[in-house]
Amino acid sequence: MKNKILLSLSIFFLFFCFIVLFKSLNNSNIYVPDSISEKPLINFNSQDLFSNKKISSDQIFTDSEFYILNIWASWCLPCRNEHPYLMEFNKNSSIKLIGLNYKDNPNSAKKFINEFGNPYSTNIVDLNGTISIKLGAYGVPETFLINKEKKIIKKIVGPLNKELVKEINLIIK
Amino acid sequence: MKINKFFLILTVMLSFKSLYAIEQNHEILKNEILKNIRCLICQGQSVYDSQSDFAMSMKLVIDQKITEGLSENEIYDYLKKQYGQWITYDPELNKNTYILWILPIFLFLFGGVIILIKLSIQK
Repeated sequence: MKNKILLSLSIFFLFFCFIVLFKSLNNSNIYVPDSISEKPLINFNSQDLFSNKKISSDQIFTDSEFYILNIWASWCLPCRNEHPYLMEFNKNSSIKLIGLNYKDNPNSAKKFINEFGNPYSTNIVDLNGTISIKLGAYGVPETFLINKEKKIIKKIVGPLNKELVKEINLIIK
Repeated sequence: MKINKFFLILTVMLSFKSLYAIEQNHEILKNEILKNIRCLICQGQSVYDSQSDFAMSMKLVIDQKITEGLSENEIYDYLKKQYGQWITYDPELNKNTYILWILPIFLFLFGGVIILIKLSIQK
């Protein structure tokens, strides 16, 4: 009788382990950051890349329907690849582009803008990377789509590409 | 006069000691939090161990938050809001993690039952 209980318990345990492992086979173990969320934008203070004037987030996010906050740096190679897409967004009047220059040398950043063009209406600096961390960013490049209620409606980790630009255009239509 | 001088020196020494103690507590708390925060762009490293840009900035933010007077749990909650549950090494008990928490207890009980059965068979 006891042996039967032991046997049935062992079978139950093995079956349980099998179910757990079998179920986990379908789950991807690659971490994917939350890309669509309605998180409110944090308030922050920074300074303008070109004028060095102090500027707060309240002064930047004022009158536009949508904002694209792009984290970039002159030393970041994928930022060069996504730059033409940002230049395209600059033509859309309902979007205001804000650049957040991440841990960069201001002179190199200005050189980058002079060489590739300036899609940003405002370019602010994040010398020690703390603004990016408070925004929930991972690194460069990273793009946030923000609505007029100052809520982050889409977060793109990595460089922009054709598909992502299409997705953004669909949201802002 | 000498007594006044003595008390003055004693007060200065004590205030330095308490300042040092505050600074030490700050560092202990900071290191404890950093060891429990995952570096999201590194392979299996905590923010404490990593020298990546992400980790360096995270260390500054956590330092700021401790200075602002936030407790350890408040800092974890703040980071979870920005980066999700994955940011901490210590998982919460929720519908996604209940097996993780319950399985060791279940195994412990299961082992106990086996031992009890074995013992009773031997008797």
